[in-house]
Amino acid sequence: MLREEELKTFVDGTTRYFEVAAQQPATIGSPYLLEGEPAMHDYTGIISVSGKREGVVYFTAPRAMLTVLLMKMQENDFSHESMRDLVGEVANTISGNARRDFGHDFVISVPNVLTGDKPEIPHKPGARSFVIPINWRSHSAKLVVSLT
Amino acid sequence: MSTDSNPDGGRRQVRLLIVDDSNIVRRRIERSQRLGEIEVVGTASNGIEALELARRTDPDLVTMDLTMPQMDGIECISRLIELKPSMRILVISALADKATAVQAMEQGANGFLHKPFTDRQLNDAIAELIS
Repeated sequence: MLREEELKTFVDGTTRYFEVAAQQPATIGSPYLLEGEPAMHDYTGIISVSGKREGVVYFTAPRAMLTVLLMKMQENDFSHESMRDLVGEVANTISGNARRDFGHDFVISVPNVLTGDKPEIPHKPGARSFVIPINWRSHSAKLVVSLT
Repeated sequence: MSTDSNPDGGRRQVRLLIVDDSNIVRRRIERSQRLGEIEVVGTASNGIEALELARRTDPDLVTMDLTMPQMDGIECISRLIELKPSMRILVISALADKATAVQAMEQGANGFLHKPFTDRQLNDAIAELIS
């Protein structure tokens, strides 16, 4: 079962993503244990995890935040497809970076992207889910880590 | 790898194929290589597309994602090396464990850059492979 100290790799990965890709650090709030369903934003990129850990890691963000992120990346395509691409890439990058600590047997899928505020997240029974709050500029997003 | 000289005395541009399942990442790499001695000859979103494009465009250098649908980067690297053993391959991936880097190198990759990356890190990694 996921331990609180194991969340550090995801906090570090999130911090690194915004510092490097967005060239502007985000403020990462204290992770908390999720009870029930979290409030979801417009776009959610989900990575399924298998191997020595099982479950999902997902990044959910509002369209306004993703638009500014794309601008910071010098993108000029702000289409629905670009938003989907970006949330998937953020989730993939943070999850992939976690292999630095979890190792090669932390097997991640390609991103699956859902839209809308009521997406069906395929939680693994018995997994503990932690929410890592992300504040960047005036926007809020979340990384949710739900692993056995 | 050095750029070859053309018969007319000019330097041959290094032909780059970009492979990543993210449009945003592909465009970013492409933008960073617009100037200079790199010519982007194609972009692919998975390993199968990459192999088809490599046969048609004869790249000297490939930037290769690893986690992709249909055919992942590790398999694609070995197939590309079979196709053209002199091809230089820079893996650009979020997978940050040492075993993955070793596996990629064993298949024939020549360098590894972790996502997220800055333009400078990207350009330095490419410069190192083509110098």
